[in-house]
Amino acid sequence: MSIKTEQRWLRLVNASLIVLVLLWAIPIIGLFISSLRAKSDVLNSGWWTILYTKSRLTFANYKQVLGGSKYTFVDSAGRTVRASGDNLSRAFINSLTVTIPSVIIPLLIASAAAFGFAWLIFPGRKAFFTAVVAMLVVPLQIALIPILRDYQKIGLTGSYLGIWLAHTGFGLPLGIYLLYNYVSTIPRDIFESAFLDGAKPLVVFARLVLPLSVPAIASLAIFQFLWVWNDLLVALVFLGGTSDVAVLTQRLATMVGSRGQDWHLLTAGAFIVMVIPLIVFFALQRYFVQGLMAGSVKG
Amino acid sequence: MAEEATSKNRALAHGGLATLGRLAVSIFVPLVTFVVLWGGFIFLKESKAPPALIAIIAIVWGVGGVALLFWVADWTVNRFPPAIAKRLQPFVFVGPALIILAWYLFLPTLRSLYLSFFDAQSRNFVGLANFVYAFTDPKMLESFVNNLLWIILGTGGSVGMGLLIALLADRSRAEKAFKSIIFTPMAISFVGAGVIWRFVYAYKPVGESQIGLLNALLTLFGAEPQAWITLRPWNNIFLIAILVWLQTGYAMVIISAALKGVPSSIIEAGRIDGAGELRVIGSIIIPYIFTTLVTVSTTIIIISLKIFDIVYTMTGGQYGTEVIASMQYKQMFNYYDFGKGSAIAIVLVLAVTPVMWYNLRQFSKQEGF
Repeated sequence: MSIKTEQRWLRLVNASLIVLVLLWAIPIIGLFISSLRAKSDVLNSGWWTILYTKSRLTFANYKQVLGGSKYTFVDSAGRTVRASGDNLSRAFINSLTVTIPSVIIPLLIASAAAFGFAWLIFPGRKAFFTAVVAMLVVPLQIALIPILRDYQKIGLTGSYLGIWLAHTGFGLPLGIYLLYNYVSTIPRDIFESAFLDGAKPLVVFARLVLPLSVPAIASLAIFQFLWVWNDLLVALVFLGGTSDVAVLTQRLATMVGSRGQDWHLLTAGAFIVMVIPLIVFFALQRYFVQGLMAGSVKG
Repeated sequence: MAEEATSKNRALAHGGLATLGRLAVSIFVPLVTFVVLWGGFIFLKESKAPPALIAIIAIVWGVGGVALLFWVADWTVNRFPPAIAKRLQPFVFVGPALIILAWYLFLPTLRSLYLSFFDAQSRNFVGLANFVYAFTDPKMLESFVNNLLWIILGTGGSVGMGLLIALLADRSRAEKAFKSIIFTPMAISFVGAGVIWRFVYAYKPVGESQIGLLNALLTLFGAEPQAWITLRPWNNIFLIAILVWLQTGYAMVIISAALKGVPSSIIEAGRIDGAGELRVIGSIIIPYIFTTLVTVSTTIIIISLKIFDIVYTMTGGQYGTEVIASMQYKQMFNYYDFGKGSAIAIVLVLAVTPVMWYNLRQFSKQEGF
């Protein structure tokens, strides 16, 4: 190829990339801009009009969706208006309460199991691990009805413990599988010298395996975090719809139903749901990509 | 002599007492742990403290509880004589995982299969009636067709776009920046993405100013605005576009890494032989990364098969957009029919068995087990 055609080729590549990237980014930009516009602006003109007309931005939408039921605000004409908020701040706390243990508990259990499978000898080791591999792709829908019946019997429906355990169960196959692949590559000598020194397995696990597996645990933590925070189905089934416990995704889905045309609120609500995963994602992208590479099929 | 015997007896008695004491302690400690954890659970359930405080206590209780359980299990096992303790030890580590997996995935598969032969309240045996429903009901057939559309277009779209962007980005200097923007939607929930795209598809009657981007573009070119979400049968494609928007980043990252592994020597050889860029891509690069393309496709096929959130948020399954998972949810929570709901779940499991079988075969080839 001559240098000239190569340059032209490169320009074409970059131009098509820019078009594609815009296609991907514009919906998010539109959402964010709309969430900052006043109600009447959002409902009467497209968000792109702020590029060529003067309009004011406001946090009122965020105040309303985060606020509780007795939310009041001053509208553009200066009147004080009472409106019902969506109490997303409560849902935000609920989401954190559901997510943090739903990430740490399966990580603890999965890393212990991965250590056991990789470095301890016991009957049924191969059969059990084969079962773990088989369960990698089992759709979690299969568990909804039986587990819901169990929960109703022992009073776990609508409880945090119930949903932590559910997320633990559904996250374990991938967790054990990925961590096993990582833990089993730790050099044998490290363990042997520790065991020769008389260290107990629990000590070896806590002092050696956990610190050495930090990269794998980190990438798994991001997976599980995004999965749990963004989950709707498991929360709908096991947590129930009461606003005491409902998480962000549930509240947002409800808002779509009840406030389908209130775009100023929906956009603000959607952004609140997105903000934490986006921060985590950008801060820890490196680990996330490593985890993806390690192979990810989740049930 | 006699003295010796009594001291021996005393030692024996002492040993017996010690064993008994040890046994008592090793039952007592787990019991106390259990009571403490259960008390915490009841407290969390009944407490009327402010939500933030409850949240913090719940987190400490939940995470600490699991760590404590591991420690207590290990402690208890070590009360046993060394020979037995050594045999039990591995189960301290794998036991909790196995119990939870059995409860949450393995047994439910069998239990769902069992329930699928019973009626709505799981009282009367109905034979294959629920499966007859699953494979003949018009709504179910609609959901099968739609799900097939999701699998074909969702997977094809994501992998195709991912491949295209990976190939383009590979040839650009700003590769990282481009890729990270395409990758961003991976962090966004299906529900959030649903809202983002509902807004793009938003519809207002002719004459009003359109606030949805797609209709604004249409009217700009003089066409009539459309209510995309209710527009049969095309609305399915507009929902699938959301999945493509979300999953392309995943496909792109994996494919991009595979592209870096294609040896430049064979690409150069192809070029020297006079192959154009498209020829190089089609005859050298794609065959080289084919296994990667299969892996990525499998993952996205499974995601499309189980798709629920997007449909639930966007249409609730109305306007001819029902999919298998949304039908299952409806049978469970709208009609309280556990028989039909279980039968549909079994259909989903059957659909993934080829992938499961493939995974198991790959695994059995693996060394070291």
